[in-house]
Order: sequence, then structure tokens, then C-alpha cells
Amino acid sequence: MNGIVGASGLILNEPLLWEKGGKGRRGMSMVAAEVPEAPIDPELCGEGPDFPDLSEIDVVRHYTRLSQWNFGVDSGMYPLGSCTMKYNPKLNDRLAATPEIACVHPMLDDACSQGVLRIMFELQEFLAAITGLDAVSLQPAAGAQGELAGMLIFAAWFQSRGERRTRILIPDTAHGTNPASATLCGFTPVPLKSGADGRLAVETVAAAMDGETAGIMLTNPNTLGIFESNIRAIADVVHAGGGLVYGDGANMNAIMGIADARKCGIDVMHLNLHKTFSTPHGGGGPGAGPVCVVRALERFLPGPRAVQDDGGYRLAAGGPESIGRLHAFHGNFSVLVRAWAYIRSMGPVDLRQASRLAVLNANYVKSRLQGTLHLPYDQPSLHECVFSDLLQHGDGVTTLDIAKRLIDYGYHPPTIYFPLVVPGAIMIEPTETECRDDLDQFVAALKAVVQEGRDNPELLRQAPVRTKIRRLDETRAARHPCLRG
Amino acid sequence: MLAVIGCRDLDDLFTSIPPDCRFDGAIPVPPALTEWQLGDLMRDIAETMTVRPDDCVLVGAGRYHHHIPEIVRSLAGRSEFLTSYTPYQPEMAQGTLQGIFEYQTLTARLLGLDVANASLYDGASALAEGLLMGLRIVKHSRRVAVSTGIHPHYREVVRSYLRPTGYEIIELPCGPDGRTDLSPLQGVDGLAAVVLQSPNFFGVVEDLPGAADPVHDTGALLVAAFTEPLAFGLYRNPGQGGADIACGEGQSLGLPVSFGGAALGMFACRGEFVRSMPGRLVGETVDREGRRGFVLTLSTREQHIRREKATSNICSNQGLCALTTTIYMAALGGSGLRELARQNYDRSEYLKAGLVGAGADLVFSGPTFNEFVLRFGGDFAPVRKRLQERGIVAGIEIGTWYPPLAGCYLFCVTEKATKKDLDTVINEVRA
Amino acid sequence: MKELSELDFPETVRYTEDHEWAADNGEIVRIGVSDYAQDQLGDIVYVEMPEIGDIFEKGDEFGTLESVKAVSEIYMPVGGEVVAVNEALIDTPELINQDPYGAWIVEIRATDVGEYDELMSAEDYIEMLRG
Repeated sequence: MNGIVGASGLILNEPLLWEKGGKGRRGMSMVAAEVPEAPIDPELCGEGPDFPDLSEIDVVRHYTRLSQWNFGVDSGMYPLGSCTMKYNPKLNDRLAATPEIACVHPMLDDACSQGVLRIMFELQEFLAAITGLDAVSLQPAAGAQGELAGMLIFAAWFQSRGERRTRILIPDTAHGTNPASATLCGFTPVPLKSGADGRLAVETVAAAMDGETAGIMLTNPNTLGIFESNIRAIADVVHAGGGLVYGDGANMNAIMGIADARKCGIDVMHLNLHKTFSTPHGGGGPGAGPVCVVRALERFLPGPRAVQDDGGYRLAAGGPESIGRLHAFHGNFSVLVRAWAYIRSMGPVDLRQASRLAVLNANYVKSRLQGTLHLPYDQPSLHECVFSDLLQHGDGVTTLDIAKRLIDYGYHPPTIYFPLVVPGAIMIEPTETECRDDLDQFVAALKAVVQEGRDNPELLRQAPVRTKIRRLDETRAARHPCLRG
Repeated sequence: MLAVIGCRDLDDLFTSIPPDCRFDGAIPVPPALTEWQLGDLMRDIAETMTVRPDDCVLVGAGRYHHHIPEIVRSLAGRSEFLTSYTPYQPEMAQGTLQGIFEYQTLTARLLGLDVANASLYDGASALAEGLLMGLRIVKHSRRVAVSTGIHPHYREVVRSYLRPTGYEIIELPCGPDGRTDLSPLQGVDGLAAVVLQSPNFFGVVEDLPGAADPVHDTGALLVAAFTEPLAFGLYRNPGQGGADIACGEGQSLGLPVSFGGAALGMFACRGEFVRSMPGRLVGETVDREGRRGFVLTLSTREQHIRREKATSNICSNQGLCALTTTIYMAALGGSGLRELARQNYDRSEYLKAGLVGAGADLVFSGPTFNEFVLRFGGDFAPVRKRLQERGIVAGIEIGTWYPPLAGCYLFCVTEKATKKDLDTVINEVRA
Repeated sequence: MKELSELDFPETVRYTEDHEWAADNGEIVRIGVSDYAQDQLGDIVYVEMPEIGDIFEKGDEFGTLESVKAVSEIYMPVGGEVVAVNEALIDTPELINQDPYGAWIVEIRATDVGEYDELMSAEDYIEMLRG
């Protein structure tokens, strides 16, 4: 394609649901009454909620228009670092909606549910295989809940040994969910400074490790996209001190079939199925954050889990030392089905190739952008790269301005202002599902924006101008919150 | 591309990974399947499922079979909703943001409270978060009281979340009417919250207004949990019942049963508590040209800013599920919701009366919505087995979770159950 | 964000390393945050204040200031008992941005007058900011 991706189009306005419709309209079929009205105590009754009444076409137009205000992976490139916005295969949505799967009730006998139990069991096995760890629980409904599970497992482990440790070491590059999860579990997060090379040094960990420390939470590769090469030595230090190593698996997309989490010394890790394993992000979930552990920690996993024996598949309840349930049932099961289907579609060769290409694409973009943006850590990086707006300070242009103008060019901006160790951070993760042409076009767009920043910075500060609405007054939204209609 | 990077081959990109961290050999998963092979495999798997999609499943217990109109599936499946992520760039995410603002509004109206968040993972974790919120709000508190009428799995999740905190959980029993007995609260101090589920696991509607004053007198908050929000189309909502926090499961409102997930944690509270509330919030504002727009707000409560002092650790929520239920609520409408709730109630009362007439005993005398518990004279298991062979799953036995109720069955009747199905059950029991 | 030369640092109050100011009014000490602090924070959207009667030591966290994208803890320049909070900040937190030295946050009855003298003068505070 010649020219830029971003264009203008006819975008329709659409009011809020309660600003349209008319009393008595109905948007869905209602069953006819078949039995007589039963008596009821009027004291207990309410009037029902103040909902609008809308016709079917009212609802269809409403949501069709709303969808057209959105940008998804299916619209264009979405290089949101640490979120792995790869293509979501449509087949997986259809498979998850298979009627016999979509209708099954979770409280029936295992004999009724062999098919879904098989899917659960196989997915548990697949994720263990991919991480190199031994046992998996699929219950956590998101990465953050997987982290909570991990922290609860840490606490249970120490309790089983009659110990009570209170500290968790967390590098300054960590995602905010890491200290929040540790705190939810009663631990005190202890921040560690990463080195000038963007990596955590063994000495830093050794200095902080003591008998009060339960362990460390590491992301590998870290949020700078850099592999924590010292991880084995770090794990050894933590283990020698009687602690455990937690791996935040958000960046798994860089290393499938390439790095082995167990060999890195990780004892517990979570995976984000809505990142590495292609399940759709849904505008903010549902995701899934299964937790994987080494054999020694298996007995602490949340239950129930799927097991296989001679009779077939069944649910085995959590044992006496299990951290207990984290979800009413089995986690976001419809998301699990999609991840299972993805792994079955890819197989060992393509899973590894996906990681290799994710890393290739990120390094290609990184090489082509050098000189255009400042690279704070000149280190080999894997599936994502982090730049900053340092070179643009002279033009009075910030990371935010660059991001907003990139929207006009037809791209979702990269992750901005994270990780916190890089002021003005711009984190780009193209993923493996972008082809070279699309990457070149993205690079050209970003270079054009930077050039505009030099020649006419007002264009960036006014951006975006091609979207349905312009920049929003977030101060007003926070000072005078209007959270409902 | 490798030339541009300055590498000879792809392996050169991985030099930062030390040899002793390397994966050995190929990943031990099965070889790739084509789209067609995978479709066939799923067909085979589907065939092993003994309960068919058009069977009559008279089971609720936290997951409910309701009709889902086609537009819910097709609109929620639009890829602009499905393949986008958290609306960090609001200018290009107004679909998601307005969608969630509408969800927050309808949820707050449904539950009768001032403000609702953008969703939590499910009803169980929402309850756990609600109790932690109560413990934050009520100064010097160190215990919560939880009714045993609450779904057993929800109570397990509450225990998992509270275990590291050291806070005490007091259990409140239910009486012969199936409603919670609050008398164990006499003289208890340091109470942050008392939670009742309504309708509860036995299907019984709790007396929330009757509980509100005694609970508030202890200084605690009243938390109302729920698994079947359709009930609020007929019965008083939690806000009208005096609840300070309402938290429960939204699956009934347009999500498939799907073996228990994806789920939707609905969460609402009184306005004065909004800054203590976990989860994302969408707020209304204006853009530079004065046009109405929506944006994530009050983010300083959340983990990405507050980190270890956040109200929770939640990042991804259940965005698409919240949108899906809003589409359902929009399609159903206020009038439709009232009518649908009524149909659930009437059909449930019909089966209840029919089975009692056929010799079963109603275990709890309290009012119900679309679930109830029966004890049968003889052994119901063979009857249930015969019904299952005829495509009807007649309730579940609840002795596993409530040993004194061994041999009792929890039934659920929704608008999906036809009079023909219900008469079949009644006649089979009578025989 | 402004240059140091564009910001105000009146000599009538004393300052802390964490950018609070304190004004000694005899029995009562008034506490707020400096022009530098409000400029760094950006638009303040919410002020979390303690309750009247709360007692803190010097250096204790007594509240927070929230902007859209950040939260800043505020620490007691001197120890004492809270006797008043500035209720105007509940509805109009932006007063701190508009008038950081007029928009006080709390008034306390100080327990140790000596602690006030340990605080930095305007000159020392500006020196610290420059460093």
C-alpha cells in the first residue's frame, strides 16, 4: 500500500443505551407463559431495575456503531509491549462455542464431562511441557490471579516447614501486579535495583537475601525485553537461602522451546493465555493465568485439577495442603479451550518458530529505529524493545505526544511510561504475526511522527485528530467522577 | 531482515540465553493439526459429552441455563471488541469505554447501589474482594461473618483469600426456613462485614432488610452476594435490602454455562466507599472540543500506579463478559427482565408444587426464586437416572457440601424448562 | 513543568526534603506542600486527609495527594495532633495547584517546638532542589 495507514472515515455517533429506545420495546424473543402465575409475597418484591427497553435493531445498531469506534488486532498493528497482541485465530472461537462444550454444567458427575475434562487435562500437560515444570492449575482467571496463587503457594510452603517469612524481592522493572500480589498475600515487597545493563545482578540479590525473605519474583525476559542472564545464579542464591523463585510468565512469547523455566531455577510461574497463547484480549479480559510448579510444590496447587486414570478423566480435589480454590469453578474455561486449540494447531515446531519470529520482528524494528529514538539499554533484547523520548526533549515533544500522533497514522501506540526505570518509556512488541511489510510501514510511520515533532510539534500535541474524539480531560474525570448514568 | 539487524542467522538473536537455561529438544506436545483435523477432533470430543445441548438441565448451583439470543453472540463476537485490549488509549477505544460505562450503569441500577466497577473475575473472587474491602473500610476490624447459605465454592475462595491475612471468618448457620441465623453475632466485636447470599445456595431469598439494622448496629457493613442476578427482576435488589456492597456472578445475563467459565464478577457499592473499591472504573468526561467521551478513571487505586498499596492486584478483568451481559440486558430491556424473572419463578413454583404433590418434602420453608431443595421419600437416584436417559437432568444431590442434607436435591427451573419437561419429571416421581 | 526560577518559595514558611512546608502560627502549625511539589504532581484530583484528633510523629505519613497518574504520600514536618483539616480541598483539590501556600492541608498542635526549627529555610530548600 502506498501512503499511510491512518485515514478518515464516516464514524457515526451513538447515544447511551438509556438515551434511546421506548417503553415496551423488546430486543429478544420471550418464551410464552406455559404455567399459571404462582402467588408471591408482595413484601419481598421490587420494581425491577430501571433499564431501557430497546428493539433488536436498536441494540444491533448501538453495538455495531460502538465497535466501529474501537481498534483491535484485527484492525491493524497493535505493538503494545508486554501484552503480546498477536493474531487471535477465529477457529478457536468457534471451537470454544461447540454446543456440547458451551452447555456443560460444572456441577455434574465427571462421567458426563469426559470431553471437557480431557481438554483441561491435556492443556495442563501442554503447559507443563512448554515451561519445563511439572504440575499445572488452570484455575487462575488472569495473570494477576496466577501471581496471587504463586504467592499463596510460597506462604503454604513455608508454613509446611514451620517457617514464616515476610519479604519478597522484586526488581524495579516489575509489573505493578507483582508487588500488589505479594502484598495481598501478606508479604512486604523489597525493591531491587537492576543494573546498568538492564539486568538484575547476582550480588544485588545476594545482599538482599536473608532468613526473612521468602524469595524473589522475576520476569524473564524482563520488561525491558532483556533476558535475565544471571537467573540461574540468582535462583541458586535464593534457594541456598531457603527461598523460592517465582517467574512472571508474561513474556513467555520470547522463549517457547528456547528457554526452559525449570532449568532457569524457577519453582512457580504463571502464564498469560491471552498473551502467549493467542486467546483474545476482549477489551480487558477474560484472560487466564494458569500457574505451573515444580513437583515439590504440586501439593499446594489450587484444586480441583483434571487427572487421568484407567477409567478416563476425573476431577481430583485439592489435597489438605492445597492453597484452596481461587475460582468458583475451573477458571475461564472458554478461554482455556482456545489456548488448547492454539497449541494443537501449532504443534512443537510452530510454537518454537513463533518465539523465534517474535524475537526477529522485535529486533528488526529495534534496528530500524536506532537513531530515531533513544535506546536506554544497548543490550540484546528478545521479543520487545524499549526506547525513550530523550532525543525529542529538545523539540519539546514527549512520549505521550508521539503515541497520540501515531494513532492518526493508523496504529495502536506501544506501551508508554512503563517500565518505570525508563522515563518516557516506549515499549514496542510487534509479535510474530506481523509481516515485514507491515513492520516497515510501522517504522516509516514512527519516523514520520518523530520528524513532524521536529518540524511542527503542534501536530503531535494536538493529536489525535482523526479519531472519533480528541484527547480527553482525565483530570475532570478524576476530580468529579461520573461513573454511571 | 537478519541483514538489517546484523546477524547471520536466527540463533544469533538468542545469545543472551545461557546454555544451561536452554530448552532441550522439541517441546513435547502433539504435532500440529490442520483446521479440518482440529474440527474433527473437537467433534469426537463433543460426542463423549453425555448431556446434549437440547437436554433439559434442572441444575443451577451457581451456573444457570438461560436462553441467549443470537444478537448477543454476534455483537459480542465483533472483532473490534474481541481483539482490542484495555482501553489505555481512550481516543481509539470509545466502543469499549462506552460499553463498560453502560455496563457499570445497568449493574448499579440492577443491584440498587450507587456505583459498580468494570467487573472482577467471578462471583467468588468478587465476594473475597468485597470482604477485604470491608476490612479496609471498617477501622480496627479483624473478622467477617459468612452465611453457610452462601455457595460452598464461594466460601472456599473467601478462605483462600483471607488465609494470609489472619482475619477470622465466623460462620453463620441457616435455620429451617433456609435463611441465615444472625444470633451468633451477639456480642461479637471487631466485625468488618456480614455477608448473606440472596437467593442463597438453597434458592431461598434472605431477609436482607431484616438483617441490615442488626448488622449495622455492630459497626459492620452488610455485604449481599448473589449467583442469580435475574432474581432482582422480581425481588428487591441488594441496595433496597440495605446492603453496602453487592458482589456476585453475572453469568445468567447472557454468558453460556460453559463448564463454569468465562465468568463475570459483578461488584457495586455505596458511593461513599468508591475510593476503596477494587477493579477498573470508567468515567464520563469531555474531550478538547467539549464532546462527551469516556475514560478509565480513579486509577490511582490500582496496581499499575499504587503497586503494593493498591486496593487489589487486578489488571485484566472480564471485559468482554461485561460487554456481553450489557448487550443481553439491553436486548432484554427492563420490561423483559421483569417478565423473564416472573417466568423463572412461576415455572420453578410449578415444579416445586408438582413434586411436593407427588410426595417430595420441601426442605426449607423460605421464599425462593428459581431454585429449591427437596427430600424424597424413597431413593431418588434411580428416578434421576431414568430421567437422565430421557434427556432431563433432575437436580443435584447436595450432601457433599451439607452432610445433614445428604439425600436432598437442589433443583433449578428457568425459562428453558418446558411444561412438558416439568410434567415428565413430576410423573416419573409419582410413578 | 516549570523551571525553578518560575516557582515560588516564600521565606515566611519552612520546608522539608519531601516538599512539605510548615508555618508556625504560635500554638498551631499549618502544613501544606510547596510550589515545586504541586508543579511536579500536575493537576491534583484528590486529597486524602487524616481525621481531627489523629496523632503523628515527625516523618509519619499523614495523607496522600493524587493526580491522574500518580499518588504522592505527604509526611509530617513536625509531630503533633491534628486540630483542623482544610475541608475546601474535598471538593476543590485544585486549590493546591492554584495557591500552594494558601491552600493548607492540616493544622496541628505541635508536640515539640524544636522540630520546627530543624526544618529548612527557603534558601536551603532551593539549594536542595538545585542539587
